[in-house]
Amino acid sequence: MGYGFLFDLTKCIGCRACIAACRDYNSKYLVPSKKGINDLPLDSGLDRRLPKAQWDEQAPLTGSNWLRIHARMVNRDGQILWRFVRRSCFHCERPTCEAVCFAHAFRKTPEGPVIYNRSLCVGCRYCMMGCPFNIPKYQWNEVFPEVSKCRMCYERTKIGAPPACASACPTEAILFGDRDELLSEARRRIRQNPGVYVDHIYGEKEVGGTSLLYISDVDFKDLGMKTELTEKPVPEYTDRALNWTLGVAAVYGAAMAALYVATKRQEGEAKK
Amino acid sequence: MAKANSGMFYYWEDYYTEYDAIFGGKWYFRMSWYRVVGLALIGLMLFSMAYRLIRGLGPATNLNDHWPWGLWIAFDDLCGIALAAGGFFTVFVAHILNLKPYKYIARASLITAWFGYIVVSLGVLMDLGRWYNFWRPFVSWGYHSWLFVVLLCVVAYQGVMTFQFGHIFFERVNAPRLKEIFDKILPVIFVAGLVIALLHQSALGNLYIAMVDRQHPLWWSMLIGVFFFLSAVFVAPAMCVIEGILASKAYKTDFRHEVPLLEPLLKVSLCVMVVYLIVRLIDLAARGHFLAIFEGSVPSGLFLLEIFLGIIVPIILIARRKTRKSVPGMVTAAALIVGGVMLNRMNVVFTSMYQDMGGSYFPHAIEFSISIGLVTLCIMAYCFFVENFKVMPEEHEHHHEEHHAEEHGGQLELQPAHH
Repeated sequence: MGYGFLFDLTKCIGCRACIAACRDYNSKYLVPSKKGINDLPLDSGLDRRLPKAQWDEQAPLTGSNWLRIHARMVNRDGQILWRFVRRSCFHCERPTCEAVCFAHAFRKTPEGPVIYNRSLCVGCRYCMMGCPFNIPKYQWNEVFPEVSKCRMCYERTKIGAPPACASACPTEAILFGDRDELLSEARRRIRQNPGVYVDHIYGEKEVGGTSLLYISDVDFKDLGMKTELTEKPVPEYTDRALNWTLGVAAVYGAAMAALYVATKRQEGEAKK
Repeated sequence: MAKANSGMFYYWEDYYTEYDAIFGGKWYFRMSWYRVVGLALIGLMLFSMAYRLIRGLGPATNLNDHWPWGLWIAFDDLCGIALAAGGFFTVFVAHILNLKPYKYIARASLITAWFGYIVVSLGVLMDLGRWYNFWRPFVSWGYHSWLFVVLLCVVAYQGVMTFQFGHIFFERVNAPRLKEIFDKILPVIFVAGLVIALLHQSALGNLYIAMVDRQHPLWWSMLIGVFFFLSAVFVAPAMCVIEGILASKAYKTDFRHEVPLLEPLLKVSLCVMVVYLIVRLIDLAARGHFLAIFEGSVPSGLFLLEIFLGIIVPIILIARRKTRKSVPGMVTAAALIVGGVMLNRMNVVFTSMYQDMGGSYFPHAIEFSISIGLVTLCIMAYCFFVENFKVMPEEHEHHHEEHHAEEHGGQLELQPAHH
């Protein structure tokens, strides 16, 4: 199995070094603002005096922001805590974007990253509609826009080197490695620190498993993450419908042909 | 089939000489103030299209990262294709069930459906960000995608249409060998067209299966493709009624002549609507979301509106023989069905998704102008066609007395009028 990330919420201090590293490394894929790529603010002017619901709105993923760290004020047993949540592509084991793309512009590489091929993309934006995590974003102001999202620094991961964000993290909140090993590491942390972690690895089973895993000491729901996701990969739903619809279409076509022959024959007999 | 063709062969000569006599061998487009406005709207659309192609989607539309799909997908694509279902439905009635009186309706709706498809393709092309890449899926097959099925259906339908025109083309162009081949494959073309229609209608619904974690449970269903297909079937007779009444108003003909033809079609609509309603409610109950109908939220309200005004009221109206056979009753029921299906498509794209999508979206003026312009283009093309080719009923009414008229109606999909 391929590489993945493990994001440990208890370790993230919200410094956003990962975002800076991500932009630096991937600058050739990002559309610069008028003053250049480094002019993009790291947190889009995140103002914590605003209601919590609006924070995500202030620092959303965009065509030039593949990675965001969202600050969340959470209440754990009466204690008010700051928590910082990574938001980027989950690199699903069976990605919906790959299944819904009719030009196969997305693909899951054996190394783990889900990457996008701009030369195949038709620009229908079905991937943006289909993604259960609402990750792919669009370069709306380009004449021929591309879909844009984290590519797990594919040039690095394919030779086994950690992506930019993971190497920049000063607290090791984001770990890079083999997904299976990361899962056992996550289980080990949950087991060895009783009472600290919520007993759930987010991304282990969500939509059939993702390469980005989270462990946390507060409920994932309070962190603004989608918790009622199906455990079945989304492509299984669409494939099932494809299978039986094609069968139905064949039977329907045969029935129509039979009906046509029958009514013609009836007509011929009536004329005799 | 062979019999019908040989019959047509004999009468063909006088048929098209008469044709030239009626139209005087000239293209004809009557102008009126409505049409001036129509042409202005088409002009505005061309400007909007140029603006969108030159400046890109961002400046030309209000689509955003929250709402990647908007008015064009909902109105042009989903509504447009559903309302073009008259094409395949009347082909089924006229050619598969072989009911002769419907053959002229089949011709007219086939033509509107064809215009509809061309206009939809044009609209979708505007919506594609990298439209010059539209051919890529044929090379790089994303065959797990329902959009792939949609694309194949659109292209295959154009292919079917070409074959139907080929059939007519070689009737005028003297190539008996080729004509024979085209005549022989015509039944295959009819069946292929019906299968494509089934796949296309259901595929548009099945696009939303992938939104399993995003769409409101009142609309998300593994059976959404079945619902899209069934609603396309029951909206088809309603569209025939609406098209019929509009055409009779525009061309000052008596709609009452068409009532005995359309009334049985509406009965078919009634049966399909009953099946649709039952399956939809059972599906809701089986998924455990039946009570969501009554949760009192915006989606539940619009769901109730869609089911009540678009399904239940028309069922009652059509079930009563008296309203079904009266022109106002028929038109009211048809208008409700069409409105209900359009509301359903809008609900699938907007109402069922807004809770998950976040953000806000209201179409840009350019989006409106392209959508309105495409509809106007469709209407104008239809008018042009009706005025220059034989599709209107009364031209056939007097042919009906003649024993060979039915063959003509059945075999000629489109007449090239001039040399």
